Amino acid sequence: MAVSAVFGASVKRKEDPRMLTGRGSYTDDIKLPGMVYAAFLRSPHAHARIKKIDSSRATRAPGVLAVYTGKETQDRLGAVPCAWTIPNSNLKIPKYNPLAVDKARYVGDPVAVVVADSLYRARDAVDLIDVEYEVLPVAIDQEKSVESGAPRLYDDVPNNVAFDWKLSGGDVEKAFKEAEVTVKQRFVNQRLQPTAIETRGAVAQYSRGTEEMTVWMTSQNPHVHRLLLSGMVGVPEHKLRVISLDVGGGFGSKIHCYGAEAVVAFLSKQLSRPVKWVEDRRENYLATIHGRDHIQYVELAAKRDGTILGLRAKVYANLGAWLSTASPGVPTILFGLMLSGPYKIPAVACEVIGVLTNTVAVDAYRGAGRPEASFIVDRLIDVLAHELKMDQAELRIRNFIKKSEFPYTVATGLKYDSGDYEQALRKAMQMVGYDRLRKEQKELRDQGKLLGIGISSYVEMCGLGPSRVVRSTGFGLGLWESTTVRVHPTGKVTVFTGGHPHGQGEETTFAQIAAEELGVQVEEVDVVHGDTGMIPFGMGTYGSRTTPVAGGAIALACRKIREKGRKIAAYLLEASEDDIIFENRKFRVKGSPRNEKSIAEVAIASYAAGEGELPPGMEPGLEVTTFYDPENFTFPFGTHICVVEIDTETGQTTIKRYVAVDDCGKQINPMIVEGQVHGGITQGIAQALFEEAVYDPDGNLLTSTLADYAVPTAVETPSFETGSTFTPSPHNPLGVKGVGETGTIAAAQAVANAAVDALSHAGVRHIDMPLRPEKIWAILREKGLAN
Amino acid sequence: MPKKSPKANADALHRVFVKINGKPHEADVESRLLLVHFVRDVAGLTGTHVGCDTTNCGACTIMMNGKSVKSCTMFAVQANGASIETIEGLAKEGELHPIQRAFWENHGLQCGFCTPGMIMQAYWLLKENPTPTDEEIRWGISGNLCRCTGYQNIVKSIKAAAEEMR
Repeated sequence: MAVSAVFGASVKRKEDPRMLTGRGSYTDDIKLPGMVYAAFLRSPHAHARIKKIDSSRATRAPGVLAVYTGKETQDRLGAVPCAWTIPNSNLKIPKYNPLAVDKARYVGDPVAVVVADSLYRARDAVDLIDVEYEVLPVAIDQEKSVESGAPRLYDDVPNNVAFDWKLSGGDVEKAFKEAEVTVKQRFVNQRLQPTAIETRGAVAQYSRGTEEMTVWMTSQNPHVHRLLLSGMVGVPEHKLRVISLDVGGGFGSKIHCYGAEAVVAFLSKQLSRPVKWVEDRRENYLATIHGRDHIQYVELAAKRDGTILGLRAKVYANLGAWLSTASPGVPTILFGLMLSGPYKIPAVACEVIGVLTNTVAVDAYRGAGRPEASFIVDRLIDVLAHELKMDQAELRIRNFIKKSEFPYTVATGLKYDSGDYEQALRKAMQMVGYDRLRKEQKELRDQGKLLGIGISSYVEMCGLGPSRVVRSTGFGLGLWESTTVRVHPTGKVTVFTGGHPHGQGEETTFAQIAAEELGVQVEEVDVVHGDTGMIPFGMGTYGSRTTPVAGGAIALACRKIREKGRKIAAYLLEASEDDIIFENRKFRVKGSPRNEKSIAEVAIASYAAGEGELPPGMEPGLEVTTFYDPENFTFPFGTHICVVEIDTETGQTTIKRYVAVDDCGKQINPMIVEGQVHGGITQGIAQALFEEAVYDPDGNLLTSTLADYAVPTAVETPSFETGSTFTPSPHNPLGVKGVGETGTIAAAQAVANAAVDALSHAGVRHIDMPLRPEKIWAILREKGLAN
Repeated sequence: MPKKSPKANADALHRVFVKINGKPHEADVESRLLLVHFVRDVAGLTGTHVGCDTTNCGACTIMMNGKSVKSCTMFAVQANGASIETIEGLAKEGELHPIQRAFWENHGLQCGFCTPGMIMQAYWLLKENPTPTDEEIRWGISGNLCRCTGYQNIVKSIKAAAEEMR
């Protein structure tokens, strides 16, 4: 009797009950006896020398325990670390302190910190700190900041150039010499604010007796924070425990090691009191990393028949006021290596100049470098299609890597593991009714109505990643993942994982993996993550790595357990090991299926370990720790098609339909996959239509509240029609690829392509995001399309 | 420096008496204490969350005297004498409310942070309009931001809850 598989089933999430009933444990929910509150004084100037700080009034204010400045703490609080030191790029890592010492370098830069017995009193006291600033000229735009004479942020970083990175594969010069048609375009991939609904925070508690520190914090990777914070606050790594329980969204913004959490840890050590700090939204917008912010000059070389010969790009990447944890690698490695997309582009070259400016640091935000690349590639394909008067779908199919050609090494050196790009595109076209839509578009045009169809065919590198490759790019550690799978005497299972989901559902999907591998029920598996005191060293959740890498580790560990279980079962069943199979959730004797043992029976025997229970010489217990280092990245792919209508009176772009076909290999829980796709697409659409982080020329962030930064509500967000194809990863133990970022990597250009497509008959070939109504309205009037 | 007016006794405490999920809570609070902080820190009910400072995100949504309110945009003293319902009070005797069940069945949450406010808003929406269309649902929750789900499954959840509650 076959048992229905739990792997592949849309099982209800195990993490939901606590979240549905208000019983989650987010960082601001942590309350400790004697806890006090920290509040930061932040620079109101984008660039200013700190001449004098007088905190005497603040120190005397009611309820205040202490006030610290950068000068007072610089010998006890280390600089904010950068953990991705890309080689061969003339990389300069300037010293950036958690509390500004000599200069404030962006509006929001922490200058002092107050600790008081209540949040309100801490905030009151912040207002009582007097700072004398010498305001300096600012550098905001990355192209202007590299010019000679531009204000310099750090004495040791001339022209504010933190790195100059180059990549070249194939013969790009030859490609452009032989080109029959060249397409050139300047792109702005605008700056975005990640906006997890939960802002950042930390609660730190130091024990004088054991010299151990515990930090509860909003983290996507507790061990990484433990390692980096230990260096900053001088607590030995093995005496520091980082606990990140429920996290209200991350999207990359909670990967990074910021100064504020280190200050909180430092304060708890100084005061021997638990100290809490939680950002408000304004602080989050001012001082939590932003994403994207590229100015890109790109050229595509092709033949008249549409065959692409080469692509080259020069990019100015805005890094903000300091090098954040991963910020050198995001606009270089995660961007440049993906510049051929799903196409056979034999020659690719790019240069990325990383520029420091008086804005908050820019680092990984959902997609992290890959959306910046996929946007270029798929917008250029459309521009080329328009130039050659070819259909956009046809041009893509012509240049796709074919299914039979995998694994395929692209010009940038990446080896794409598997793919069937044409299948996904055709499925999306069929779902949206592409041919009929093209007819409809023509008919509507004749009536003066503007319908646009935008295709986005993407591939992304994720499942970060093979340690040897990753380390060669200067990443601080390998990107393997760990797990301990423990079968208890009662046969229940705990999976300890180094992955750290913050919405992605792995408390459920990892239970599904273990349940499938070990023959237990999903309810019998508990997934533990987020606490460095309980799990082996883990690299955390980002880069769509948790399912392939952390999930892969769990599968491998379970298989080792099953192998040991097989030996024990053989002993218990008095059969030869070779005659034992694992089928329908039990260990069975081949040919004698009623002779069976469950994992629970095997487990109790392994702990009982007596005569007739455990084979002589075998170690008791049933638990395995595995570190899995993937042999390659994984490469999910797909095609999204967006249909828009542009209002000829207002310039408003409305999405009429959004079709997404994504291939993430095997799917553990289709419901959860679909949820990830929905959320990612929404953020991509938001980039295309609504969001933009804007600094004024003085460096003030104009979009510092949710009233100014246009995160879409349920009204602006369209419905999605999703579909899947299934092309497993050949090197992953589960055949899975990861899907968390596919939405942001595909969607922005699907919308942008659609909007341009609606206007291309009037000669429009590109519009920078966000596609604000006033921008489109101006184009409509210019092209005589306005109503 | 202007003299502080003797009438402006901002430090004076005010007694606030509220019923939250049927239980009485009484405390002396500053006039500037936000209602959401009263709920979270004085009453100890941390299910209601803070996500912004401009009344946009709705993570703090609770029911007060039968209407949904954003508790970050009210002072605790304004709620004196009120009857408040928070996410913690929805499930009765261990049984999830149909809205909670519907969110669970339809994957209407991912990180869970916007969820309590979203559910309380849905609770009020369905009270006012037990048979909403998809569009009415979207408008009804337009004061609640979600960054994870893209809203589609939230709309599906609320629709399903409406069906069950009819």
